[in-house]
Amino acid sequence: MPDATKGPAGDSRPDANEPPKDLADEASVTKADEHRGTRVDDDSVLPPDEEAVPDTSVDISVEEVAHLPKGKMLEVDDVTLRFGGVTALDGVSFHINTGEILGLIGPNGAGKTTCFNVMTGVYQPTSGQARFMGEPLGKRQKFQITKLGIARTFQNIRLFHNMTAMENVLVGADAHHSTGMGSALLRLPKHKAEEAEGNDRAYELLRFMGLEKRADELARNLPYGDQRRLEIARALATNPKLLCLDEPAAGFNPAEKARLMELIQTIREQGYTVLLIEHDMKLVMGVTDRIVVLEFGKKIAEGLPAEIQDNPAVIAAYLGVDEDAS
Amino acid sequence: MDLLLSNFWAYTIGGLAFGAIYALIALGYTLVYGVLRLINFAHSEVFMWGSFAAVWVLLALGAKGATGLGLVAFLIIGFAAAMAVSAAVALGLEFVAYRPLRKRNSPPLIALISAIGASYVLSEAMGLRDKPFKWFGADDNLADYVGRPREASPLPLDVPTVRLFYIFDYHVSNIDLIVLGSAIVMMVVLDQFVQRSRLGRGIRAVAQDAEAAALMGVNRDRVIRLTFVIGGAMAGAAAMMYLLKIGVTRYNAGFLLGVKAFTAAVLGGIGNLRGALLGGFVLGVAESYGSALFGSNWKDVVAFTLLVVILLFRPTGLLGESLGKARA
Amino acid sequence: MNPVSSFFHGVADRFRALPRWGRLVVLAVVVVLVYFLPILNPPVITTPDSDFGAVLFLCAMYALVAIGLNIVIGYAGLLDLGYIGFFAIGAYTVGVLGSAHAKVPLLLCIPAAMAVTLISGVVLGAPTLRVRGDYLAIVTLGFGEIVRLILVNADKLTNGNRGISGIPTPPSLDLFGVPHLVWDGFVARVDLDNQTRFIKFSVVDSIPYYWLALTLVFFVLFLDWRMQNSRVGRAWEATREDEDAAELMGVPTFRFKLLAFATGAAIGGLSGALFATKQQFINPDNFTILYSVLFVAMVVVGGQGNRWGVVVAAALLTYLPERFRDLSDARFLLFGLALMALAIFRPQGLMPARRNVRAKRADEETEVLEEGAAHA
Ligand SMILES: Nc1ncnc2c1ncn2[C@@H]1O[C@H](COP(=O)(O)OP(=O)(O)O)[C@@H](O)[C@H]1O
Ligand SMILES: [Mg+2]
Repeated sequence: MPDATKGPAGDSRPDANEPPKDLADEASVTKADEHRGTRVDDDSVLPPDEEAVPDTSVDISVEEVAHLPKGKMLEVDDVTLRFGGVTALDGVSFHINTGEILGLIGPNGAGKTTCFNVMTGVYQPTSGQARFMGEPLGKRQKFQITKLGIARTFQNIRLFHNMTAMENVLVGADAHHSTGMGSALLRLPKHKAEEAEGNDRAYELLRFMGLEKRADELARNLPYGDQRRLEIARALATNPKLLCLDEPAAGFNPAEKARLMELIQTIREQGYTVLLIEHDMKLVMGVTDRIVVLEFGKKIAEGLPAEIQDNPAVIAAYLGVDEDAS
Repeated sequence: MDLLLSNFWAYTIGGLAFGAIYALIALGYTLVYGVLRLINFAHSEVFMWGSFAAVWVLLALGAKGATGLGLVAFLIIGFAAAMAVSAAVALGLEFVAYRPLRKRNSPPLIALISAIGASYVLSEAMGLRDKPFKWFGADDNLADYVGRPREASPLPLDVPTVRLFYIFDYHVSNIDLIVLGSAIVMMVVLDQFVQRSRLGRGIRAVAQDAEAAALMGVNRDRVIRLTFVIGGAMAGAAAMMYLLKIGVTRYNAGFLLGVKAFTAAVLGGIGNLRGALLGGFVLGVAESYGSALFGSNWKDVVAFTLLVVILLFRPTGLLGESLGKARA
Repeated sequence: MNPVSSFFHGVADRFRALPRWGRLVVLAVVVVLVYFLPILNPPVITTPDSDFGAVLFLCAMYALVAIGLNIVIGYAGLLDLGYIGFFAIGAYTVGVLGSAHAKVPLLLCIPAAMAVTLISGVVLGAPTLRVRGDYLAIVTLGFGEIVRLILVNADKLTNGNRGISGIPTPPSLDLFGVPHLVWDGFVARVDLDNQTRFIKFSVVDSIPYYWLALTLVFFVLFLDWRMQNSRVGRAWEATREDEDAAELMGVPTFRFKLLAFATGAAIGGLSGALFATKQQFINPDNFTILYSVLFVAMVVVGGQGNRWGVVVAAALLTYLPERFRDLSDARFLLFGLALMALAIFRPQGLMPARRNVRAKRADEETEVLEEGAAHA
């Protein structure tokens, strides 16, 4: 039960040497989380004219990302991950091609988030490895992997809540900046150039996501849907070659979900490669190029959406759980 | 080096005796930390108040000069007084300084500030204890108790040092025996209590998962009060042992001892009762050896350096963290 | 919102509303007034029981300390309970180089002091910033005490408990004299016999030291502002908010924590150097661990992360006990009570960082809206 276990004093500081709690806890998303979502989700409290409207005509493409060689961008090679007795991933292998939208689906607890966590350096696999652009991720730290070009969002929103929307995106953009103390103190040209670049980039992304009016609001005061979109903007700001979205439509109503899927397609059209986690199978059918299905930590199917739809193993997996209960 | 080798057992036993004092105080830190995730910064003052309680009660009873069975009785009374007052102060501390914060869900840093404030208040109140009596002109009659409040107050008990038996080449004294013996008794009782009794299980449950414990019907506030009382009583016992070893106490006697006891708790793995005991003994012995090797001036430096080094290699302490998971 | 912070934020809002030249004029007047405070020696404010110039120097020096510690606690969220250790190292570097073992001029001693503290910050931080936050508190507490014990025991280097005297002063210029004001009740008179030489550093007059310290405060505040409004400041804030998320957004959190820790240490060293040159005599008793606790209190009382808040808090916590010397016996007791009351009743500090206030206001608005929606 996430958070509830924490100390009374609201011990929310992440500990360096414990497994990051919330990341781990995403494994067991419970009713509490869903409620937390819906409470803030109540978009009705906002006047309708403030409803965010993404402006998909904004060009958010990045030169070095848009023209990558075709081929396998990320390979997950026979990855197994155990937590004590629990085998969260069991010999999982799949790959993502440059420029595609790959759907990673499976019932709750199948190991999807864990898979992200392995790809982004949160966990080291017990065996096997993940390779990015042909290079094993090895023992690289989380921030180094981000700089290599993998960015992600979180199943449970993890914005910097007391920073503004703009600042959140700027932190993402800082991933490809190198201003240090010296140039910041002396306001060297590098600082100025990077600040200007970061501001432009952040503003561009906020407009793309329809958040530009919210730029100066604190992240925690944004409506739920905007928070979800802000996470995507923040991840895009790092100029990722691969954008990993962990249930970005969780807590959305069907109309919002449909709009988000369109947005994701636009992101791909602008040159990004997308890995999309979703447990709702129907939703991903329309947007993904290929789909990988996990169940109980094992890959049970892989293929085109149409193939997956008719795959008996997948149907069985999804019949086995009540899809709407999650 | 020679000094250490030629008096190896003397330094070891001496270190263990001091280690027992650290360990008992460390228990209080670790219990509270386990249950509340709070560094009870004022715990050192709980210890200090206990030491004064023993001094005053024995003064009031005219313990000075007692011998034989009388002396034994006074020793027991001293322990009881220190433990009772320390427990009461700890409980009061929880009510005044921590409980209001808990009700508001304050962040940990704020709780620590409150703890620091409480620590100042408790130690300064002791250091200014002459004041209220001066206003009423009662300070002359009570000079033994409140006179020269910033100076050291001696334990009014004549415990002759009797050499009892040898451990290798070291001649063990009665004081060593009292300190180590009572510490071990205390620790075993506490260990059994936490392991076996219903209340002890409650403590472990809250430490492991406060929410789940509440769902299982554990009264969290009661458990918290209990941990403060137990931690306080242990600090009180430590206070009496300290008086036996050192002979005097002061309004600021708790501070450094408290820091070291917390060090011991971290050393053993905070939240882990047996860890606190191990940490205390390791720290005591290491300090003792350190003072033999580098001179007694350096013993505190040795203690803290040890802490940093151990945290480097074992960030969760010697026995690992968590009150819930460790058996005791 | 509490009256203190609403007062300050009200003033700040008014200030921002002024045209540019207006702001400059107001700023200039305030700065001049602050510099001239010990010369004006205003009644009520002045300290009857101790040298007002010396008290103001201490206020400015502790403000500097608080700015440095605010970087560590307020920006990066690292609880450092051993800040006095860096302060002491700074002071002793000046003492050792300038007096005890060499006669290095002060202007060289100060950068040396900052360099030494910076290095000690890195050496202490590199291993400990990886362990969890609570441990950092205890390790730094231990560090502060170790430093003092080493000062006591490393007799050859530090003269032990005897301390170091004859610490060099900054170079003097001695251009002209500034007469003080004396007050007869509320009537002022210029006292030509009592002048502060501009600018002559000596034991007899603390005011030039106050000017020096104040100048450093303004300078460091300026740098602090630049730092906070840059990639560095954002990285600190993101790390404090959510360390894992920050790391996953490409922030090398460990490196930035170390940077905050070391920067804070260097500013602590600078403050210590200032202290040493003002006192001209230091011994280990000047650096007991109780000061560390006091420093943390300044930052928390001022509202972590609010640079002006911590400056004001540092000045107040230094000034009030000096102003009310009659209560001096009980001042630590009162101080403790104040800390407890603050934690219980005003946990965000007297002047919380602007951001929190803004967030709170927005929260209240949302609440109103939500209630409206619920009724609808
Ligand atoms: N840190 C962890 N410790 C123990 N078990 C974990 C941890 N993280 C994930 N798991 C387990 O791994 C399995 C897969 O979880 P997850 O990847 O979050 O599933 P999902 O597909 O819903 O995202 C679950 O059974 C979960 O309990
Ligand atoms: Mg998941």
